Amino acid sequence: MAPERSIEELLPENTLKTRVAQEQVERVTRPAPSRFRNEIAKYIVHRSQDCRRCGKCAEVCSYQVHARNPGFKYFGEPLHHLCIGPACEKTGHYCVALCPQGALQVRENPMCQALGDCRWSSDLILATWKMAETGEVPPADYDYDYECGRSGGGFDRLRFKFPARPPAALRPEQIDTSLLLNKRDDGRPKLTIDVPWYGGGMSFGSVSNVTQLSKARAAVAFNTFTCTGEGGYMERMRPYDDHVITQVATGLFGVREETIQRVPIVEFKYAQGAKPGLGGHLLGDKVTLSVARMREAVVGFSLFSPFPFHSVYSIEDHMKHIDWVKHVNRRALISTKVSTPTDVDMVAVGSYSAGTHIVHIDGGYGGTGAAPDIAKKNIAMPIEYAIGKVHRFLADEGVRDKVVLIASGGIRSAYDVAKAIALGADGAVVGTAELVALGCVRCSRCESGRGCPRGIATTDSELCEKMQIDWGTQRLVNLYSAWRDVLVSILQRLGLRSVSELRGRTDLMMHLDYTNDLGGTS
Amino acid sequence: MPEKYHIKTRPVPPRGPRIGKHGVVDWREDCARCHNCVKKACVYDRYRQEAEYIRNLSAVEALFFECMGCFSCVQDCTKGLLCLSINPVYEGLGNSYWKPDLIKTTWLQAETAKIPVSGAGYRGLFSGPGFDSMWTDMSEIVRPTRDGIHGREYISTAVDIGRKPPFLALDGRRVTTELPPLVSIPMPLILDLSSPAHTLPQLDAVIEQTAAATGLIAILDARHQPASEKHLRHIAFCLGPDSPAVPAEVLRKTRLVEIVDSPAVIERIKAIKKIHPQIVVAIRVELTAAGLRRAIELAELPEVEAIHVVADANGNEIGAPSPRFVKDMLREIHTALIEKGIRDEITLIAGGGIGLPEHLAKAIICGADLVSINLPLLIALECHLCESCKPGQPCPAKLEPLDRDFAVGRMTNLIAAWHDQLIEVMGAMGMREARRLRGDVGRAMFFEQLEEETFGKLYGTRKKH
Repeated sequence: MAPERSIEELLPENTLKTRVAQEQVERVTRPAPSRFRNEIAKYIVHRSQDCRRCGKCAEVCSYQVHARNPGFKYFGEPLHHLCIGPACEKTGHYCVALCPQGALQVRENPMCQALGDCRWSSDLILATWKMAETGEVPPADYDYDYECGRSGGGFDRLRFKFPARPPAALRPEQIDTSLLLNKRDDGRPKLTIDVPWYGGGMSFGSVSNVTQLSKARAAVAFNTFTCTGEGGYMERMRPYDDHVITQVATGLFGVREETIQRVPIVEFKYAQGAKPGLGGHLLGDKVTLSVARMREAVVGFSLFSPFPFHSVYSIEDHMKHIDWVKHVNRRALISTKVSTPTDVDMVAVGSYSAGTHIVHIDGGYGGTGAAPDIAKKNIAMPIEYAIGKVHRFLADEGVRDKVVLIASGGIRSAYDVAKAIALGADGAVVGTAELVALGCVRCSRCESGRGCPRGIATTDSELCEKMQIDWGTQRLVNLYSAWRDVLVSILQRLGLRSVSELRGRTDLMMHLDYTNDLGGTS
Repeated sequence: MPEKYHIKTRPVPPRGPRIGKHGVVDWREDCARCHNCVKKACVYDRYRQEAEYIRNLSAVEALFFECMGCFSCVQDCTKGLLCLSINPVYEGLGNSYWKPDLIKTTWLQAETAKIPVSGAGYRGLFSGPGFDSMWTDMSEIVRPTRDGIHGREYISTAVDIGRKPPFLALDGRRVTTELPPLVSIPMPLILDLSSPAHTLPQLDAVIEQTAAATGLIAILDARHQPASEKHLRHIAFCLGPDSPAVPAEVLRKTRLVEIVDSPAVIERIKAIKKIHPQIVVAIRVELTAAGLRRAIELAELPEVEAIHVVADANGNEIGAPSPRFVKDMLREIHTALIEKGIRDEITLIAGGGIGLPEHLAKAIICGADLVSINLPLLIALECHLCESCKPGQPCPAKLEPLDRDFAVGRMTNLIAAWHDQLIEVMGAMGMREARRLRGDVGRAMFFEQLEEETFGKLYGTRKKH
């Protein structure tokens, strides 16, 4: 095994000179309530005019739904999102039953029907918001079905077969969720991340700088990574360089040797799951002055990343690219992001042989800032099919333990991360889930006009002000923390000591649409 | 390089308010009239537009439902008075196959002629019946490239209709094989007969003009009187058993004709060929169980040049208690013709259930040379597919009177958007030629196969639902 060298030894001289002090971010969960006045709730509480303001409801409610500010005569609007709904009746603290005037009603919020979709059900969105707010796994009382969506296939039909009793000797703090990202003995740093996921590439232009920085800071807190996407490298990201992956994509927007030298991982993006084979597209409305400067383009003009790399038409060409980056940045690990065509397994092995450290496969149902609807639904296979295919082929070729397989494109929750790993991935990349934590409602309007009306995927200066970096960071830290707790709980219930033990354990799952009589092994 | 196919388009807005998915319910009686009203802050300016719409309304026809569903006003309203809801009119559009989202995206394309683009990922079901149980493939490293999609590299969507000789006989450098007539159209799409349930006065005239504007061919009833002689190149008369004969001088100016299948079909082909030897004759066969077998038999006859198989409007086998879907029937016919060694000699046109551009690409992958559509053209005119049309009664969605410019513009826009999307899909697959896409199932992935390879091996037999 080649000796590992220090970063200082590996950094090029010019990078050492320009390197800025790296900021630390605490991994502490703190309440980060919604930045909107009225949080959308699963249940709504209605207080009628019969209320005599006796305060009984506030006294009995264990969830602080009923709040009367000190010195106020009247109760404020109930905090609907804290209410657990009619299930509260069993607790004996049900305000509706105990109100002397019968002035309270609790019912399902009809607005939830307008929230979410098949892949991101309203429960999944609300649970993600709850995790981002509290940093904790939503209590069972809330009855959020956040284990899966309602798409009717793939992850949504896979379930873990938990033993009736988890092994008593295994405690959560003994469980290791870290992931080694360099499995090649090539003298490059043995980077390890503390959780088996990192943030997906979102370019400056497709999302705001506040979103990018919040993602970067959360990555620092959890000793993992975020990715710049293909839109240049903001100077404001520099204090987080050690947790940034910079992307080299087909448009080469904002790619300079100097930006490649800043980071520990460089990602080649060949295709994106949501629009495989179609390249990138930033609509003119989002090419503001700052975006245009960063990308060295003209304000207001749509920017296309062509497909594919015009200099890559074979694995040998790909190897040439990798060699170039490895030469420019002697400490960098290489990630290769590809989509999921039929021959994704061959592509993965080819990438490995070209020298990549991480093969990142992005499934067809992944997120995007803008993609043709026809591409999102129809081109390339969902990630659930691709993971096992690539995992098995890498194993058959005898290189499975020399390369890290990362899956993305439809990873919505910690359960999806665990299922992806059980199918054969080493880890996952998350994107949409982070945006949901920041307040995204998946209205799909990221691309139109001024961009995201929620101030997340926009570069409009007024809309960007809707979100602050500290708040965004805390929401993501909270989400990551809750996800890690969920993952640890899954591993504990399965009796596994580390996330690496889960890899490829299809036998620990079952599929609701199958007879499940083969034990989960082929 | 052949001349590039380009369809001229222009925005053709709907005649009334758009039927959107979302609307905001506003409990105005509790409004505090605060100065920072969220309605003023709507990023899309919808509240002002709604007020304007209501101000200019002469009669209450439809509510304003153009909300984009971002929840921003709902969540920021000082008193929490706003609720987002799904428009019941939107939910009532179409039927179980022609779903509201299909109708909405068709309207959008008919208005703008643009490829529908949106942010965030895919929102729908993992897979589904029919065309939703397959995915098209892509290639990581291929030509043509994205440049092809934008025109610098040419992706041809042209296809030919007619019989092709299995081989060419040469005498020295001279081709001695007698070449049968071929009709080339710039896109694998034919505008089919409008369904009898959805007839509108002037609809055929609009379809005729659309076919001429797009360079395609419209199949029209034999009784149809063309508006212009120039359009005859873009018309294929459909001759049913009771159709009046098309005058010979009219027929000679057309390139394609369609005959409804009957026992005397070969005699009819010969009779038409006698009048106009260079015309291509297609036989229209309904996709019943017998029709499927009949299509395969017909393909073996040397007189037959093209077969137009038509499933029902939802793409299902006609008259079967457990109908097969058009994609599966196409694969069956295509495979049977390959086994007989005659696939390349015959043109297969597929109709029924083609509602979206991906259906077009997928039907071709499953074995059709080209597809025919009728309902999407009607939807482009803002039809709701309410199925309440009655002969002699006015259209419930008020499509009448049909403004010619509006209708042709909308249909042309839709076809242009479909063409662009076909190119997108072909670009992703690395295909330069629509002709080569035919039957190339290697460029697609099928749900049943992927499930078996991935989960069947691990978890046993798939349960039937």
